[in-house]
Amino acid sequence: MNIIVPIKQVPNLTDELEINDEGTDLAHDMVQYVLNEFDEHALEEAVLIKESVGGTVTVIGVDTTGELDGILHLALAKGADKAMKITGDFMPGTPSHVQAQLIADAIRTLAPDIVLTGVQAADDRDGQIGPMLAAHLNLPYVGVVTGVSITDGQAIVHKEYAGGVMAEFIVALPMVVGVQAAHRPPRYAPVSKIRQIAKTARIEALAGVETAQAGSTVRRMFKPEAAGHAEMWDGTPDEIAEKIADLLAEKGLLKRTL
Amino acid sequence: MSNDIFVLAEHFKGQVADITYEMTGKARQLATALGGQTVGVLLGNDMATLAASIGADRVLYVNDPALTHFNPEAYGRVLHALIQKHNPRVMMIGSTSMGMDLAAALSITTGLPLIAYVTALDVEEGTLVATSQIYGGKIQAEAIPDGEACIISCLAGAFPAEAGRVETGQRAVETIPSPVPLDDLRVRFVQLIEPAGGDVDITQQAILVSIGRGISGAENVELAQELAEALGGAVSASRPVTDAGWLPKTRQVGKSGLTVKPKVYLALGISGAPEHLEGMRNSELIIAINTDPKAPIFDVAHYGATCDMLDLMPALTEAIKARQAA
Repeated sequence: MNIIVPIKQVPNLTDELEINDEGTDLAHDMVQYVLNEFDEHALEEAVLIKESVGGTVTVIGVDTTGELDGILHLALAKGADKAMKITGDFMPGTPSHVQAQLIADAIRTLAPDIVLTGVQAADDRDGQIGPMLAAHLNLPYVGVVTGVSITDGQAIVHKEYAGGVMAEFIVALPMVVGVQAAHRPPRYAPVSKIRQIAKTARIEALAGVETAQAGSTVRRMFKPEAAGHAEMWDGTPDEIAEKIADLLAEKGLLKRTL
Repeated sequence: MSNDIFVLAEHFKGQVADITYEMTGKARQLATALGGQTVGVLLGNDMATLAASIGADRVLYVNDPALTHFNPEAYGRVLHALIQKHNPRVMMIGSTSMGMDLAAALSITTGLPLIAYVTALDVEEGTLVATSQIYGGKIQAEAIPDGEACIISCLAGAFPAEAGRVETGQRAVETIPSPVPLDDLRVRFVQLIEPAGGDVDITQQAILVSIGRGISGAENVELAQELAEALGGAVSASRPVTDAGWLPKTRQVGKSGLTVKPKVYLALGISGAPEHLEGMRNSELIIAINTDPKAPIFDVAHYGATCDMLDLMPALTEAIKARQAA
């Protein structure tokens, strides 16, 4: 099974994000880039498929930061067999339309049996990569998927709807899957292993030619103003526990035990 | 190109989903400003009654057995053909589990721009301006499509559903067969799988102790259970907790989980991603505990504190028990 996992670098959302001076984009030089968490699930699902039916997992991304190698090393440590990066004059925050076109151009000749990518990324302002890849490659797509199993050249995928309801589809391979969550939590790669891989890994670099565009122009980027904010309590955990208990008691929400 | 605003009507188990009304309400406003009509697009089988309930100027109802259940490939083909034929000014699709399979692919196959995760949409001097909520809800981006026509994917809850439920205008339902063959689909719907029964129904609880990433490990879930027991409530969770398998999917609050509205929602170690807020923001009383003072959960909470939930839970269980015994 030839399994391809396209990945995206996204800003680390636990950091404070700043807007550039023009007010039209992030101040990208202030941003730390990490692997999109949904892509991490896609990679896990890919490795689980490989472990179940055999094959190779190739992880591929557009190097928008010059720092993609670190993320590819992480992916190799988590079970990918090969790593590829698309290089060129790309900027951090390269639109999904452009990344999808570059990745589609790169994987078209690789003849994948299945392509697994994250269902979305935090910076998908112009849409998600998965359905775009499927459209470029004329492959079927199912997204918001929480489990894939392969039998007889077909994929059985479970797509999540609201309220815990799932739809089961059978899809002829090759296909593209947008992974919401792997059916097991992504495995942990020890730092020692990532370091070891960083020393020996070969990353195949491909020159990418950008032909797509985002299709829209951001005229203003800003932080949302919260409509309200919680009244904040200070104190130790014990003091805060007392305040919460007092509030609930005051509202008549504590039942007395007999 | 017309100035018509097309809305993909979403339905599930024979019911029109709220996102449809949210979008038709907004579509009416855009259509008025641009001088076009609102057109509801319904894909289904034997759904004439449903078609008549959609509050748009016109409803295009594509009736085909292959459209009985949502199928991303069938929907994609039909919508592509309809967009090519009718050239709407705007094609509105929900940023939902179904819509997220369609919008970005249609953007490639039709060549129309897509602006995604849209929470605000207006017409300024004949130009469409769409605001996307990105980076986990931390940033808004206001954008203008290159060219006039575009696809917009709208976040659930962004626009009031009431506006779309209003029965105005003349509604003509045009029932048509699928404009493209649907007999060679590579994607085949098999079945709907309902969540395993027997678990607590979190939508029926008065008090929810809801845990997020801050719970750190399966071994700590017991602390939340003890607290929920003391309060006479149940434990619910945000997505990372159910993805990790620390609680069943039936306990998940938010976009891909359940929408809850308890009397008290204790959000412990939950940062408050937009997908989570969507499922709990209408709770009567929200108390949030998170170590990050800038966590978005504090924007919707009534009361909050920055401390470690693992320290707070046993302390709160004791404080509750002490009051109940008094």
